[in-house]
Amino acid sequence: MKTTSRSWRLLLLATAVLAIAALGVAGCGGSGTTDAGGVPAPAISGFTPQPMAADTILGAGASFPAPLYMKWGSDYNGVSGVKLNYQSIGSGGGIAAIEAKTVDFGASDAPLEQAELEANGLAQFPMVVGGVVLVVNLDGVADGQLKLTSDLLAGIYMGTITTWNDPAIAKVNPGVTLPATKIYVVHRSDGSGTTWILTHYLTDAAGSVWTAGADKEIAWPVGVGGKGNEGVAASVQQLSGSIGYVEYAYAKQTGMTTAQLQNKDGQWVKPSIASFSSAASNADWKASLPSMYMVLVNQPGADSWPITGASFILMQKDQADAARGKAALEFFNWGYTNGADAATALDYVPIPADVYKLAQDQVWPTITVSGTPVWP
Amino acid sequence: MNSHRRQAIERGAGGAPLCAVADVRDFAPPRRRSIARRKATDLVVKGFSWIGASVGIAVMAFIVWEVVVRGAAALNVAFFTQPTPMDVTTNAGGFANAILGTIVITGVAALIAIPMGFMGGVYLAEFGRNGRIATGVRMIANVVMGVPSIIVGVFAFATIVKPVHHYSGFAGSVALAFIMLPVMARTTEDILNLVPNELRESGLAMGAPRWKVTLGVVCKAARGGLITGASLAIVRVAGETAPLLFTVLSSPYWMTGLFGPGGFFGGPVANLTKTIYDFSSSPYPHWQELAWAGALVIIIAVLGMNILVRLIFQRGKK
Amino acid sequence: MSTVEFDAPTSPSAPRGAAQAAPRGHRLRLGDPIFRVVATACGLALAAAMFGLAGVLIYNSWPAISGLGTSVLTTVAWSPVDHQYGALAALAGTFLSTLVAMVIAVPLALVIALLLVELVHPAVAHVVGTAIEMLAAIPSIIFGMVGIFVIVPFIQDKFMPWLMGTPLGNLPGIKPGEQFQGGGVSIFTAGVVLAFMVLPYITAVSRDVLRMVPQVTKEAGYGMGSTTWEVMHKISLRYANSGIVGAVFIGLGRALGETMAVAFLIGSVYTSIPHSLFDPGTSIASLIANTFSEATDKIQVSALIELGLILFLITVVFQILAQVWLRRVQRATGGRA
Repeated sequence: MKTTSRSWRLLLLATAVLAIAALGVAGCGGSGTTDAGGVPAPAISGFTPQPMAADTILGAGASFPAPLYMKWGSDYNGVSGVKLNYQSIGSGGGIAAIEAKTVDFGASDAPLEQAELEANGLAQFPMVVGGVVLVVNLDGVADGQLKLTSDLLAGIYMGTITTWNDPAIAKVNPGVTLPATKIYVVHRSDGSGTTWILTHYLTDAAGSVWTAGADKEIAWPVGVGGKGNEGVAASVQQLSGSIGYVEYAYAKQTGMTTAQLQNKDGQWVKPSIASFSSAASNADWKASLPSMYMVLVNQPGADSWPITGASFILMQKDQADAARGKAALEFFNWGYTNGADAATALDYVPIPADVYKLAQDQVWPTITVSGTPVWP
Repeated sequence: MNSHRRQAIERGAGGAPLCAVADVRDFAPPRRRSIARRKATDLVVKGFSWIGASVGIAVMAFIVWEVVVRGAAALNVAFFTQPTPMDVTTNAGGFANAILGTIVITGVAALIAIPMGFMGGVYLAEFGRNGRIATGVRMIANVVMGVPSIIVGVFAFATIVKPVHHYSGFAGSVALAFIMLPVMARTTEDILNLVPNELRESGLAMGAPRWKVTLGVVCKAARGGLITGASLAIVRVAGETAPLLFTVLSSPYWMTGLFGPGGFFGGPVANLTKTIYDFSSSPYPHWQELAWAGALVIIIAVLGMNILVRLIFQRGKK
Repeated sequence: MSTVEFDAPTSPSAPRGAAQAAPRGHRLRLGDPIFRVVATACGLALAAAMFGLAGVLIYNSWPAISGLGTSVLTTVAWSPVDHQYGALAALAGTFLSTLVAMVIAVPLALVIALLLVELVHPAVAHVVGTAIEMLAAIPSIIFGMVGIFVIVPFIQDKFMPWLMGTPLGNLPGIKPGEQFQGGGVSIFTAGVVLAFMVLPYITAVSRDVLRMVPQVTKEAGYGMGSTTWEVMHKISLRYANSGIVGAVFIGLGRALGETMAVAFLIGSVYTSIPHSLFDPGTSIASLIANTFSEATDKIQVSALIELGLILFLITVVFQILAQVWLRRVQRATGGRA
C-alpha cells in the first residue's frame, strides 16, 4: 500500500526526535557545573536527591554590579559547587522580586530607607562600590578626552543643550573637535539604581539646571531608553553621536569612550578605581545603621569621582528556608573576604573589612528563621 | 459597476451571483481611456507586483542571511556543549543549557497542549460541528490565537508564579501550552474536516465504535496533516520570548532535575529565547556573537522544520 | 458528490453519516461515551481558557480601574515615580507604529497576492508563497536583533540625513519633534519591521480569498478584453473585498500585540506622544515587557495589567471583526474559507 513509504518517513522523523530528546536528557544528567572559565567543578548528577544544604542561590536586581556578581558566582561555583543564578533586571526589578519573595536576594543601587525596609521586612547591606560614567559615541574623541561639568551634563539630559559643538561644551573642551550634530541622549527604560545615583548627583551638583528629580525612574525630558546598563551601553554603541550613563565596568570591558567630570573640589577626574575609592572613603557607614542607606555622589576629595555609588543587597528578614538563607550569606561572606581581587580587576571598590564586619555584626543577625539567625 | 445601471442579479443558493457581475458596458470601447492607457496601467501594476514580491522575498532572504553570516562565526563545538557564560572578561561559554532548556520547556508545553488541542479539534470536527456550542468554541479559539503572547505571559505569572513565589520552567510551559492549544485545535479541526465522510460511514457501518472510527480510521487518514500541524505549532512556540519573560526568567546553569531551585518545577530554567534577548542587548561583542549563533540555531530549527514537514507530508497537495 | 451527505445534522449530537449500526447487548460500550466526554471537555477547555484569561486580567486590573478611572486613558505620561499612570503615550505609540506597518504591509501584500494568484505559474506561486510564509515563522526576537544591529544604524546614519535633506523632511509628521533622537530607534523603525512581520499573514489570507473568486467570472472578464489589473480591480477585489478587510484586521491584531521586536526598536519614551514618525515612543506591549517585573506599587502592577486588558480587548475586537468579514466572503463566493 502506498502508505508504507509514509510510515517509513514517520518512523525516521520520530527516531530523530527521540534521538534529540535522548541526547538532551543525557546532557542534562551527565554534565555537572562546569563554569565558564573551564575550571572543572564537582559534577553533580541531575538525578540524585538534593542535599540538605542549598546548592543554588537565586538573586535578581541591579545591572550596576552584575558583571561582578556573575564573576563572583562563577568563581564561587568553582570553589564550593554552589550555583549563583543572578538575573540582571534592574534595581527596580530586584526590589520588586525580593518584596514578592521570588528570589533569595535582591540587588539594588538605590538603597531603601528604613521605613520601607521595615514595611517589607527587609535587611539591607552594601556589597560593593562602583562608579557611574558617561559614555559617548563620537568619532574623533578619544577615551577620557571629553570634559563635562555637572551643569553641562544636566543641560544635556534636560534637553537644553542639544548639539555637541554648543559653545558651553566647547568652552571646557579646547582643542577637541566637536561635530555640529545633535546630541542623542540615552537613559534607562527600566527602574534603575544607576539612574538613582546619577540623578542624585545631578540634583546635588547642578540643582539649578536639573529639575527632573532624583529617583530610580524619572520623567526624562529627552532621550531614548535602554534596558539595563547593558542596553544603554549597547544603544550608545549603535547610535553615533549619542551619550549614555553606565557603570564603569560596562565602559571598560567594551572599550567605550568615557568622559571626564569635574568633582566637588573643582578638579577634573577620570573614572578609575582610585577615584571611586577616594569618594567611597568619605562614607560614614556607622552612622548609616540600621538601614545602611548611603549616598556617595559629589563627595569631597581632590581625586574623588563625583558619581560614585554603593550597591546593596536586600534579603527578607524572615527566611522561609534556613539552608537557602545561609547559602546566600555564605556567598556574600566569600565575596567580602575572597572577592576583592575579582572586584578590583573589574574596577569595583570592595567594601573594606571594617565596614563589612559592621554589616555582618549588625545586619546579618536580623536575618532569621523563626528567630534564629541563619548565619554563621 | 455603474450605479445607474443597477440591475437585478440572479443569485443562486448561498448568494453567489449566477452571472458575471460586471456589466458589459463597463468594458465597451471607452471614449476617454485608450487601450494603450489601460495596458500601461496594467503593466505598471504588474511591475509593482513583481517588485513587491521581490521585496518580500528579499527581506526574508536578508534576515536569514544576516543571521547566518553573524551567527555562523560563533557556532562551534563549545556553543553546543558549554553553558552560558557568566564572566564578561573571557571568551568562553556556549548556549548548550539554553538549548536544552528550550527543548524541555517546549516539550512539556507540547505534552500539555497537543493531546488537549487534538481532542478539542476532534470535538469541533466530529461532535460539535455546526452546533451552537461548537461555533462558539471555534470563534473563541480563533480569538485566543490572536491574543498577544505577552498577555499570556502576564496571565501565567499571575496564576502560577505569584501564588507559589517562584519562577519555574513549568510556568513557562503552561504559558506556551496556552498559546499552542487553540492553534492545535483549529488545525486538527481543519485537517479532520478534509477527510471524506465515506471513511467515517464505512467504519461505522462495519460496527466499529465511534472512537475507533475517529482515532483509527479518520486520524490515520489525516495523519500527515495532523503531524504537520503539531510540528508547526511546536516550532512556533519554541521561538516565543514574551511569555517566558515573567515566568521562567533564565539561568546560566544546567537544569537539575525536577524540583529544587534548579529544577524544572522549582526555579528559573535556562532557555534560548530569553538568553538571546539578554545577550543581544548586551554590549559585549562575544556575547552578541553568541546571541547571533543562538538566533541561527532557532532559524535553522524553525525554518528547517517548516520546510521538512511540508516536503514530507504535503507532496502533491496545493 | 456521489453520496448523500448530511451536512446539517438534525441535532449537534447526531453522528456523522450513517446511524450507528452497533449490535446491541453483549458488549459494554464505554469507549464512546468516554471519548465523547473527553473531546467535549477539551473543546470546552478552550473556551474556559479564554474566559479564565479574561477573568484573571479583569480581577487583577480592578484596583487600577476603580482607583485610577479614566485617567489611564487620558493622561499622557507613564511616570510611576510621580504616581502617574497615563497610557496615552503608549496608546499613541501602538497606534502610530501599527499605522506605519499597515501602510507598508497592506499594499505590498495585495500586489504580492495578485502576483501569486494571477501572474505566475502555480508551481512558482507555491514556492514564492512559501518563501513569504517563512517570514511568519521567524521569531520576533530575530526581527528585533536584525533591526537593532542593521536597520537602526542604517536609518540613523544614512536614511535620516538623506530624508532631512529633501523637502519631505519638513512635512508635519515627518519633521522631527522634541523627542527626536536621530530616528534610529523610533516609531518608523518599529513600524517598518512590524510591516514585514505582518506581511505574510495578510498575504496568505488575501491570496486564499482571491483564489476563491469564481474562475468563470474572471474568465468572462478576460473574454471581454480586460487586462489583468482590470479583472483584479473590478472583479476579484469586489468579491474579495470583505476578505481583504478581514486579512487586514488579522494583520492589525498581530501588529498591535507584537512585543519583542518593538521593545528593541521603539525607543522606550513613556512620557510624551510622538510628534513625528521619527520620534521615539513606546507601545503598550513593550511598556508591559519593560516595566512589569519591577512594578512594586500595587497600583502600578494593576495599571499595567489594565493596559494588558485593554490590549487584549482591542485584539479580541479585531479578531471578531476579521472573522465577521471573512465569513462574508464565504457567503459571497459560496465557498468555505
